[in-house]
Amino acid sequence: MSALLELTHVTKRFGGVVANDAISLSVPEGAIVGLIGPNGSGKTTLFNAITGAFPIDHGSVRFRRREISKLLTKHIAREGLIRTYQQPRIYGRMTVQANMLASPSLREASFISVFGRDTPAQRAQAVELLDFVGLADKRGEDAGDLSFGQQKLLELAMALMNEPKMLLLDEPTAGINPVLIESLLDRLRAANKERGLTLLIIEHNMPVIMGLAEHIYCLAHGRLLAGGSPEAVRADPKVVDAYLGAA
Amino acid sequence: MTASAPGTRTLNPARLTRIGAVLAIGVVTPLLFPAYQSQATELLLFIVFALAWDLVGGQMGYTSFGNVLFVGVGMYVAAIVQVGLYYDVGLYNEAKGGGTQFVFDTSQFLIGLGLGLIAAAVAAGLTAFLLGPLVLGIRGHYFAICTLGLGIAAGQLAAGIPWIGGGSGMLTPNPPASLGDVGLLLYYLALSLALACTATFAWLLSTRFGLVLNAIRDDEDKAEAMGLPTRRAKIAAWVIAAAFLGVAGALYGNQVRFIDPTETAFAGATIGVWMILMALLGGKGTLLGPIVGAILFQITKELFWTYLLGWQRVALGVLIIVVAVFFPEGIVGYARARSRRSEETP
Repeated sequence: MSALLELTHVTKRFGGVVANDAISLSVPEGAIVGLIGPNGSGKTTLFNAITGAFPIDHGSVRFRRREISKLLTKHIAREGLIRTYQQPRIYGRMTVQANMLASPSLREASFISVFGRDTPAQRAQAVELLDFVGLADKRGEDAGDLSFGQQKLLELAMALMNEPKMLLLDEPTAGINPVLIESLLDRLRAANKERGLTLLIIEHNMPVIMGLAEHIYCLAHGRLLAGGSPEAVRADPKVVDAYLGAA
Repeated sequence: MTASAPGTRTLNPARLTRIGAVLAIGVVTPLLFPAYQSQATELLLFIVFALAWDLVGGQMGYTSFGNVLFVGVGMYVAAIVQVGLYYDVGLYNEAKGGGTQFVFDTSQFLIGLGLGLIAAAVAAGLTAFLLGPLVLGIRGHYFAICTLGLGIAAGQLAAGIPWIGGGSGMLTPNPPASLGDVGLLLYYLALSLALACTATFAWLLSTRFGLVLNAIRDDEDKAEAMGLPTRRAKIAAWVIAAAFLGVAGALYGNQVRFIDPTETAFAGATIGVWMILMALLGGKGTLLGPIVGAILFQITKELFWTYLLGWQRVALGVLIIVVAVFFPEGIVGYARARSRRSEETP
């Protein structure tokens, strides 16, 4: 398996604070990779660096063997790399249905195609995805009226609607009804297996990430502390010190 | 759920009947109420102003205070084409369009008007296309202030160009007597423009373009992160709105017959504010809102100017406050929220 996403010595500074310090990691195509670390360790900053929201100071970000660290956010998105946010970001004054229909990727199409209507296939897909995340009966409601957890589920459905090659998920289970978490994980595994969707997931819920990811990286104070199989990372004394064992 | 998804519009009989009724009212109004013909023409142009403002200000969430820029450009360019086809524009303005020297016969007037309207659309659209990449990168209050500046600057600039009459303004061509009532012609042109604008925007908002504009309004960074073509969509919306504003401006200039650079063409304090007020009054971000708002505004404005003369601006100010406080979502927004609430609590 070749690396779909490859970070080499990625560094991001905010004034004197080094939020990401020479981080190198790689995500193989078709893999589910976890990113853990205490609060403030630079996980979300790394997502922002990868997706072009914060231009990096040093290093390289390669996606499908192409350097993307100099590209704009929307061009990176059109390459097939989509993220979700810790605080869900949806289109609040549009209906749930409209949020979904606004989300298909335009990566294959020219700008003129925005003057077309959504296709029946896209509508069916929107309904199917909403049905999966349990929001089918909320289709006509304004997305801004949904609860935090529902907005997170909607955001995930929107991301799947975009049919990316790789999805960066920022704490997908935070604020989600525990009953739903299992089915959410099933859906992520299914998207990974059936559509070959590669996942990089920030997660604080240890049982979730240990059960989901085949490889885990741990950040602390902006540095890459450890990387390996869930068992290896769990047993690593540095990780236990920095994170799991912290009272 | 049996209701069709939002965005699907079909020409069912009920809808055709409604369109027919609107058309019929539009066609017979000046014949039934000839005394109100010029106010009706103005109303139709106001509908276009409000709709065009709302495409960018309401649907896309970019509050522009400078749309008079496109109104003024359209007004001047049309007048220049109307005159310039047959006479020297500089000499015409030096003579204030007067004398027996600058006469337009029927075909000259009509050809000039037709080409002038086309030129107005092209010039205003081109202005938006050139300014768009610069201005639409600015967001929120800064965009509002920037566009406010553009409108004011354009007025001052126009007032400094003697070729188009400078500060003393420019007259549109005198219609020949053989043409009869030009006001009626302008009314039907304004009616066609208002219908074309409504139909175009209804179509635009039923396509993915409408979704992209709404997405930009709600969270532009998210829209970018999803790979939507935000920059191009913003420029396209601005250019389309500007083209309609330009044609409306051209008709407005011919209606009032005299183009003052800051009072008629780039009239930020009147038309520039009114078009925003109309959209807010009716409900921004809806297709029906700006139309309803323009109708209510024109009626109240005419009443204020007739019965409260001297206090008309105070009354208008009170109206703005009442709308902002009691109907922040506008009349259409208020009605929709109410009907939704009554649906939920049977």
